[in-house]
Amino acid sequence: MSFALRTRHSVLPGFGLALGFTVLYLSLIVLIPLSAAFIKTASMSWEAFWSTVTAPRVLASFRLSFGAAFIAALVNAVFGLIVAWVLVRYKFSGKKLIDAMVDLPFALPTAVAGIALTAVYSSKGWIGQFLEPNGFKVAFTPFGVVVALTFIGLPFVVRTVQPVLADLERELEEAASCLGATRWQIFARVILPAILPALITGFALAFARGVGEYGSVIFIAGNMPMKSEIAPLLIITKLEQYDYAGATAIAVVMLVASFLLLFAINLLQWWARRRGGQLS
Amino acid sequence: MKVAANLRAIAFAWCFAFALVADARADATLLNASYDVAREFYKEYNPAFARYWKQKTGETVKINQSHDASSKQARSVADGLEADVVSMNQASDIDMLVERGGLIQPGWRKRLPYGAVPYISTSVFLVRKGNPKKIRDWDDLAKPGVAVIIPNPKTAGNGRYTYLAAWTYVVLKGGSEAQARDFVSALFKNVPVLDTGGRGATTTFAQRGIGDVLVTFENEVFLIKKELGDQFEIVYPSVSVIAENPVSVVDKWADKKGTRKLAHAYLEYLFSEEAQEIAARQNFRPQLPSVAKKHAGTFKKLALFSVDEQFGGWQKAQKIHFDDGGLFDQIYQAKK
Repeated sequence: MSFALRTRHSVLPGFGLALGFTVLYLSLIVLIPLSAAFIKTASMSWEAFWSTVTAPRVLASFRLSFGAAFIAALVNAVFGLIVAWVLVRYKFSGKKLIDAMVDLPFALPTAVAGIALTAVYSSKGWIGQFLEPNGFKVAFTPFGVVVALTFIGLPFVVRTVQPVLADLERELEEAASCLGATRWQIFARVILPAILPALITGFALAFARGVGEYGSVIFIAGNMPMKSEIAPLLIITKLEQYDYAGATAIAVVMLVASFLLLFAINLLQWWARRRGGQLS
Repeated sequence: MKVAANLRAIAFAWCFAFALVADARADATLLNASYDVAREFYKEYNPAFARYWKQKTGETVKINQSHDASSKQARSVADGLEADVVSMNQASDIDMLVERGGLIQPGWRKRLPYGAVPYISTSVFLVRKGNPKKIRDWDDLAKPGVAVIIPNPKTAGNGRYTYLAAWTYVVLKGGSEAQARDFVSALFKNVPVLDTGGRGATTTFAQRGIGDVLVTFENEVFLIKKELGDQFEIVYPSVSVIAENPVSVVDKWADKKGTRKLAHAYLEYLFSEEAQEIAARQNFRPQLPSVAKKHAGTFKKLALFSVDEQFGGWQKAQKIHFDDGGLFDQIYQAKK
């Protein structure tokens, strides 16, 4: 009842058509291809599925893929925010150039990114040659995976936070300052609540991208079983054995886990937005 | 009026010419689904075959190539890529098309000479200049302190051949299966990076400067020597594996498109002197004795064995050694 009422009062007409289109479009582009993965997995028995996805090697790869993506997204949330801040709040020469550079990880073929990063961080590379004598190995370790995912995820945070920061009214900050707030208080109580939803979106996007990333990671990871093998690589390995069901089993676990995590992040964002709304 | 007539004549001539060209083009088309490293070979072979075919039958043939990782190509053909012929770097990739959907008939190996393998390669070593770690044979790769670069046997046929060669080295010396297992375990503990493909391993070794020795196909090693010159030396082990490059007509698609005769001729000509010469130029070991003899100086003689004779075929080897939970996986599980 309330559903019908709400649609009748909607300002824009064509709700039914728009919803129909949305559902059809999502089905064609997202749901049908993804459901194929579930159907393929259904050809396995429950025991076979369970033993495939709980094999020690597969579990290790899940830990690495999700763990590295999480750390990389956190790093990006912090430094991406700083980059966005600098780009919005300061005027300096070459700003347009830096602004354009932020998008490069989007445009670059991931394999190129992987090869370039490996070249820089391996023992003979520009950065690697200084790090490795100090016992800090990046290329061919799980840490290398984090580096690659950080590179890939940067634009997501910057591009989601930037417009929100630009829209922020400076008068609010000035008012807070006049009322005696310290700089930290202004940041924590005025700015952060306003940009938090956007920041969480950027974090979620960077995280989701990192979980599924393959091209850039395989070059820098070293791919050692149990140590630096990402879950997407195990999918490829299964395909190499023509084990389609096994490959989709891993894919299904990744899909479900990613969906749950993204759903949780969305809830968090909803909470942050409500809280931000109450404050302003 | 005259102008119009002229125009009409020109238009007519033009249409006629166009029809001729179109006709010449449309004689026959073949699609060859092949693996990555064969790109250069077929680039040279296809025009050679087209010339030969034109001379023989007057037909103009156009050959389209598709290249990717060998087993990925097998999956594409199984999933519906309508290739008339496949050229792979491992017999199991063709066997897969026999088993799944019966795209190829079981007797494919007997339809062409030399078990349907026009040219071969083998796994050899590439070491840094002066061979500082004194690597001479497979033994030396398993010694402590030697870093070996081998592509991942789980994802690359190249790595699988190397693993099987190391295993057979022990067995041919009279070692037991347990000894062979210990040996390949020790060997793979010396591998710091498992690249997903042969070219990745080359980059790791040659460009990144990682590892003391790279084990890869002879044709790849020749290519590295050509590109990067004197920084490296080739070392031939006492024994190695025959890396086969089998070919077959894809019966189902060739019959559907009516190209069987042409497809078969296309593959048969791979065993001609001209094609064998091209193979040798592209750093593959030719099968034809007359051509092989001419290039004996390039391709050093060494004891070679085939996967069929030592492991009873690829399918068996794959199952015992490389499938999930197989002997290769156990190396890393024991390590934990």
